[in-house]
Amino acid sequence: MLQATEKIVSLSGMTKSFGAVRALANVDLAVGVGECLGLVGHNGAGKSTLINLLAGTLAPDGGEIRVSGVAQAADYGVRRAGALGIRCVFQELSLCPNLSVAENTRIYHKSLRGWGWRRNAAELVRRKLDEVFPGHGIPPHATVGDLLIGQRQMVEVARAFTVTDSPTRLVILDEPTSSLDAVAGKQLLTYVRRFVKEGGSCLLTSHLLGDILDYCDRIVVMKDGGVVADRSAVEFDRESLVAAMGNVISEARIKAHEHVTAQRGETPVVVRAVPKQQSDQTALVAHKGEIIGLAGLAGHGQTRLLLQIYEAAGKTRADTSVSGPVALVAGDRQTDGVLHLWSIARNISVRSMRALVKGGLIDRDAESALAKKWRERIRIKTPDVENNILSLSGGNQQKVLFARALGSDAGIILMDDPMRGVDVGTKLEVYELIRAEAEAGRTFIWYTTEIEELNNCDHVYVMRDGQIVADVARADLTEEKVLQASFREGGRA
Amino acid sequence: MNALAARLGNKPWLLSFAGAFAVWLATILFTEGKGGGEMITAALSFATFTVIVGIGQMFVITTGPGNVDLSIPSTIALAGGVAMKIMGGQDSLIWFGLLACIGAGLAVGAFNYALIRLLKIPPIIATLSSSLIVMSVAISYGRGLQIKPPPSFADFTTAQISGVPVLSICAILFAIAMAIILERTIYGRATLAIGQNVRVAHLAGVKVERARCITYLMSAAFAGLCGALLAGFSGGNALNMGEEYLLATIAVVVIGGTSVAGGRANVPGIWGAALFLYLLVTMLNTYGASAGIRLVLTGLIIIAMITLAGGDKPSR
Repeated sequence: MLQATEKIVSLSGMTKSFGAVRALANVDLAVGVGECLGLVGHNGAGKSTLINLLAGTLAPDGGEIRVSGVAQAADYGVRRAGALGIRCVFQELSLCPNLSVAENTRIYHKSLRGWGWRRNAAELVRRKLDEVFPGHGIPPHATVGDLLIGQRQMVEVARAFTVTDSPTRLVILDEPTSSLDAVAGKQLLTYVRRFVKEGGSCLLTSHLLGDILDYCDRIVVMKDGGVVADRSAVEFDRESLVAAMGNVISEARIKAHEHVTAQRGETPVVVRAVPKQQSDQTALVAHKGEIIGLAGLAGHGQTRLLLQIYEAAGKTRADTSVSGPVALVAGDRQTDGVLHLWSIARNISVRSMRALVKGGLIDRDAESALAKKWRERIRIKTPDVENNILSLSGGNQQKVLFARALGSDAGIILMDDPMRGVDVGTKLEVYELIRAEAEAGRTFIWYTTEIEELNNCDHVYVMRDGQIVADVARADLTEEKVLQASFREGGRA
Repeated sequence: MNALAARLGNKPWLLSFAGAFAVWLATILFTEGKGGGEMITAALSFATFTVIVGIGQMFVITTGPGNVDLSIPSTIALAGGVAMKIMGGQDSLIWFGLLACIGAGLAVGAFNYALIRLLKIPPIIATLSSSLIVMSVAISYGRGLQIKPPPSFADFTTAQISGVPVLSICAILFAIAMAIILERTIYGRATLAIGQNVRVAHLAGVKVERARCITYLMSAAFAGLCGALLAGFSGGNALNMGEEYLLATIAVVVIGGTSVAGGRANVPGIWGAALFLYLLVTMLNTYGASAGIRLVLTGLIIIAMITLAGGDKPSR
């Protein structure tokens, strides 16, 4: 049945590995003309990799890409994809923050040139914004860096749908609704239906299963780098879709986490921080030995709040007071975590150098012992701690960053969405480690974009636009509550 | 070939020593074995000065892209003048003179760091502009007069033990100490971490500004010490005696296998490269190359060495 319709793109046998990690194994995927295809799967299932191959931002290790039935050569890239009418709206926004909305639009459209190109580009994007998001309120000459994250997402979406010389035939939307509020999200999905009806094609990923079920024609489910289901959307309901994705964390483990009794307020306060942009005096408060969750949509000031606490280590200021040393577990390994020229051992010991000094020099035996202890404790997969850190897979590099923080003298550990690229088994191990360390008196402040991870916390703060908008006790924590607070316009919980 | 490259990758300083040896060999083949020993003695003598300032420059470059100390030549000139004036040709004042030249260096270093930190001027501009100021101070301070070193100081800087300059032995010990500081102290590790990624280093608890401050102070202090030693060695201070050390320090750092992108430093390589640079010029002189040819060849050979040493391969 699916073969009957004409295909805008078809991928066959797509394979892609990152070092030792196999992100995609022999995946087939096709998008029909006039079809909206939903792509779902857990984090790390390979959705983003597949999208990057299709958009031409990554080259596959093997497999064939056909666009409108024509096989593409090995040099298939962004430029070629663009010329063929394939546009991609990435999860990590790809607008240049120092340019205006109109100038960002020009980047897509070479034909906007000569006198008045800026005005033409502004007109082009304004019309598209009006069409997709009526009442958006975004001035086309505004600098992108000054826009809120949701507005930036709207510009990104509208830009992908604009047309000048080459037609837009397939638009890939990677988690487009995660940073849009409910109204704009609905506007976008409605527009997608209209676009598809007029003969365009869409590939949509979302963690909001309702969007996928309601707006897609067909749903492809991915798991562990492969496709596990490919059926018409009407054949799925919420339960069967969740079942197809594979409930990666077993019910029993989740129950075990939920049975941990939340502690709150029985020990002295060790961190008190009012976010810089907070309009009232609401503060994040952590007592010794607590695990505090920071939730909300990505990029709403959580990392900034963590850094604010980090900078205030051992100090008492008007808006932030932190008693004792602080260590940070970075989530963005490449820019915030890994010292790429160094061995695993040195990457672990860097936060604890003072404790390793004997007679003025760093004691090499003690350094190596520290690294080996943590290799056993959190099972860093390496034959030798003297190997370079880049010899490890991403998940194991992340374990090294955990070891760096947990092996230090810090009583307060900040975690900046640290589970990116970490597989499920490791996650559960780390959850248990965090729980054990908290019981031993360490305090954790844990920013996470995965709502289920909040089950590990004693108390949760939800942030939006740089402010704490909800303060949720463990007993009251539900997914709906967190999402609602993340999206609500105006007012506090 | 690949195995060789891998081995060189582990020990990049081997290349600079191999280069120095090859150049030496090429020269004595030409002279049919005459003057080989004297050449080594001379190379050790002159390389000593390059090594002292080169190590300071190495620490600066290791703190990451954009970090370089361009004030070394003027600091050498100023500190040489200060040392000679304070020693005043008297043996009893040698130690005061040495303290004073290091003090002058520290003052320049503090000024450099203040420009970089407080006024947020890029290091390349900060040290370049401070070098102009320092040179003016040196000119007005010494009024261009050459002062002779105290006899004992001159003797010490030119003394040899069976053909090996005493100063070179000191500089070898100095290099060993600096290598230990680099690899085994909190300051050294901090410097290496900053050079890889300042943000990561800061988030890993490294005291970034402290390490950077020490580095600029150290580089200038070494230049100050070098100024006094050079003045002793060459029978008096001169305003232009630091001139050649601007390019020389950067060249020995790079040829010696230190990463220009920061985060990876190599102390033995500084010695190998300093010997190589001196022997290279000697070889070209022996071959009777004219000044023009000599400069062109020196440039080309340095480029070849850096290419061989691998420069900076992206680690990913």
